[in-house]
Amino acid sequence: MKLQLPNPGLEDRILSHDELERLEVEEAGDRPKWDNKAQYMLTCVGFCVGLGNVWRFPYLCQSHGGGAFMIPFLILLVLEGIPLLHLEFAIGQRLRKGSVGVWRTINPYMLGVGIASLCVSFLVSLYYNTIIAWVLWYFFNSFQEPLPWSQCPINANRTGLVSECERSSPVDYFWYRETLNTSAAIEETGGLQWGMILCLISAWGVLYVCCIRGIETTGKAVYVTSTLPYVVLTIFLIRGLTLKGSVDGIKFLFTPDLNELANPTTWLDAGAQVFYSFSLAFGGLISFSSYNSVHNNCEQDAVIISIINAFTSIYAATVIYTIIGFRATERFDDCLSGNILTLLNTFDLPEGNITLDNYHEALQSLNTTNPDIISSLALKTCDLNSFLSEGVEGTGLAFIVFTEAITKMPLSPLWSVLFFIMLFCLGLSSMFGNIEGVLVPLQDLKVFPKSWSKEVISGVTCLVCCLFGLIFVQGSGNYWLALFDNFAGSIPLLIIAFSEMIGVVYVYGIDRFNEDLIFMIGHKPNIFWQATWRFISPLIMLAIFIFYFSTIVTKEIFYIAWDPESENFPTLEKKPYPSWIYVIIFFLAGIPSLSIPGTAVFRAIREFCCKKQPSAPVQEIDCVSYKVHAQVEELKSQKSQKSDQMFYT
Amino acid sequence: MLAGVLLLIFLPPLVAKDLCKDSQDGFKVRLSIKTALGEEAYDWNESEMFLFRSTLAYAMRKETKNDTYDITNILVCNDTPRVSFMFVVTSPGQPDQLIPKEQVEKAVRENKHRINNAFLLSDMTLEFLGIPPTLSAPIIYDTEPWLIVFGVVIGAVAVGIVALLMSTVSKKRRAKEKAAGLSEEDEGIVKENGTALSSFGGKEGAYNQAFSNDDRFTKL
Repeated sequence: MKLQLPNPGLEDRILSHDELERLEVEEAGDRPKWDNKAQYMLTCVGFCVGLGNVWRFPYLCQSHGGGAFMIPFLILLVLEGIPLLHLEFAIGQRLRKGSVGVWRTINPYMLGVGIASLCVSFLVSLYYNTIIAWVLWYFFNSFQEPLPWSQCPINANRTGLVSECERSSPVDYFWYRETLNTSAAIEETGGLQWGMILCLISAWGVLYVCCIRGIETTGKAVYVTSTLPYVVLTIFLIRGLTLKGSVDGIKFLFTPDLNELANPTTWLDAGAQVFYSFSLAFGGLISFSSYNSVHNNCEQDAVIISIINAFTSIYAATVIYTIIGFRATERFDDCLSGNILTLLNTFDLPEGNITLDNYHEALQSLNTTNPDIISSLALKTCDLNSFLSEGVEGTGLAFIVFTEAITKMPLSPLWSVLFFIMLFCLGLSSMFGNIEGVLVPLQDLKVFPKSWSKEVISGVTCLVCCLFGLIFVQGSGNYWLALFDNFAGSIPLLIIAFSEMIGVVYVYGIDRFNEDLIFMIGHKPNIFWQATWRFISPLIMLAIFIFYFSTIVTKEIFYIAWDPESENFPTLEKKPYPSWIYVIIFFLAGIPSLSIPGTAVFRAIREFCCKKQPSAPVQEIDCVSYKVHAQVEELKSQKSQKSDQMFYT
Repeated sequence: MLAGVLLLIFLPPLVAKDLCKDSQDGFKVRLSIKTALGEEAYDWNESEMFLFRSTLAYAMRKETKNDTYDITNILVCNDTPRVSFMFVVTSPGQPDQLIPKEQVEKAVRENKHRINNAFLLSDMTLEFLGIPPTLSAPIIYDTEPWLIVFGVVIGAVAVGIVALLMSTVSKKRRAKEKAAGLSEEDEGIVKENGTALSSFGGKEGAYNQAFSNDDRFTKL
């Protein structure tokens, strides 16, 4: 069933195989190139492996039946992740352009897909770099002993601890008050936090240094940013395994609960995690692979990178849960010790009479003799499992739970520095891909004047993004970030990925695509690729999209706020969004999504209007002087192109 | 007579016990020696109690600047295996007069550090119920440590940006000079002949003296 939509003029827009071969041999193109294959692989791995592998996957794994979650995750990885990845690599390598260029080449009416990728990359860059700014803030604050989030600060008249901190915990207080200075609701802006502004400027500054000349500088930076996280994870694994309670954490993470497989949410969450984890549909991967040599084996690359991504997710989950197991055990022991102390003090028993081991028996015997006193004591119930399953994902994991665990480890500043450097590297390497997905389309759309050099263009882009990012460093910034994360970085990506598959398979043509792959890697992609590209992956995308869309549209959307005046403080309070937020949500999710059909319609209207006023045909003057003049003009334009080349490569 | 003598002998301790037990001016003390010292915990015995009473007497002396306080002025009762007991302080001049609570509290507060150290304990493990420990002063930095690290990072970023921009500028300048040199050659080739000399590809080809543009000779 080879459905092919009509696509006139495709041959004129793309380079033929012979032209590609010539470009390859003569190295006459002015496109940047990777210095070596390792740079390309590290950059792609860095882009795919990001903060989500560390703080989203472990939570999903643990909450959806532990080891059993691997089954839907791996199945969907193979059916959804790898085909899409291979598709993006292959199309970028073949058409040798960034996302806007690729879609314009495939069909001018599909330019909207490229523009949508640009919009999504831009929106995600804004808030992703703010998360990196938060990581930097914690990193900067890790160079002191004791760590500032290990104890509550003393209040102004030195009579006790600050009340907000006393009611919650030092780590909560440091995160919500001293880092974010969060306001109680999204409507209250709370003013700009100057400490955060400095961190934001540092984050954009470091990013600018690494991206200043495109992959020339990025390629060097990834040697560090892509490899350091693995080193730190290994160090933490070794450290974690020597701590008490770590094995409980790992057991809790991987204990399979096969009943979860019957729950459709598990499969949909697995699909969404695979999709977002691969950073597909941002346009960055298409760009990166367009800098490759035309005969690079993109099929092998796609498989290798997928395996590395999956392995990193599982590895990071193991490491995170050793530390979480340690923290949960510490909390459990503290809880029990508190109860034991209360019992000893009330009954004036000698120390050592009740220990952690004989706590339950002792409690039983005391309960039989003095039940009324025991009930009046209000002893806390200590359950290890509840400590282990405290909702640990996202920023809560990194900045609250993990930082608390670190304060309980000896040599805390060292572990804190290592952990936040790892998060910084993970985030930065993902940002390289995001920024690539913003800069290259802007250059393709000729938004900037031609005379501006690469450095100036990347500088201006970083500056503009930094200024927009100031939204997220005000008091309510945390809520804005959650808003952007939920709406700009979710639905549009699914739509773009779906359009990409349809575009390549049915508009570009799966036959032509297969031939290209034969030319590039030497053999036709086998039945697995054919089936997944044509039917399986688009269907999975569609299913996930429908589920997400229906959840968002039907449910009441709300956000969780830190409100010291709420009744359930320190539990975060659910608040509904004000009505004007819905307009913003529409912009965030709607503009990228609607630009796909919108650009097509706009182009169609333009074509239609131009057809009504045909331009007068140029009359060629048939005389020698005109021909010589034309030849001189041509030579001049060739010369100026050559000199441009020298400046821009 | 014998009864009277017996009464006289046993009265002070009885009176003392009553003073201690029913008093409003007493404090309950609780020690958690095993929690604090673990393996190196010492046993609580009469000598340790003696030390406690003498440290409290010392605290009272320091507080009231009255050197007449003695160990007999510190009365202890309700000793439990938990190692917790009540104590009261009697005035040195009048043994049946108790020192008010506030004064005792003040004395303990001022000298808690010394009392803790005498027993190798801390504020958490040597508790005077009703006397909360004074909180230690917060550490005040001249420059916050995070600002220092931020300065280092921003400095490195600035140096990096400047270095990269300088290298680009110098590359451009070199390229411009090279292009200026090349363009003169190009111009010469086009002006003279559309196709002939371009196939030579630059400086290759035999140098023919007859065609050298040596101005000195041609002017003549």
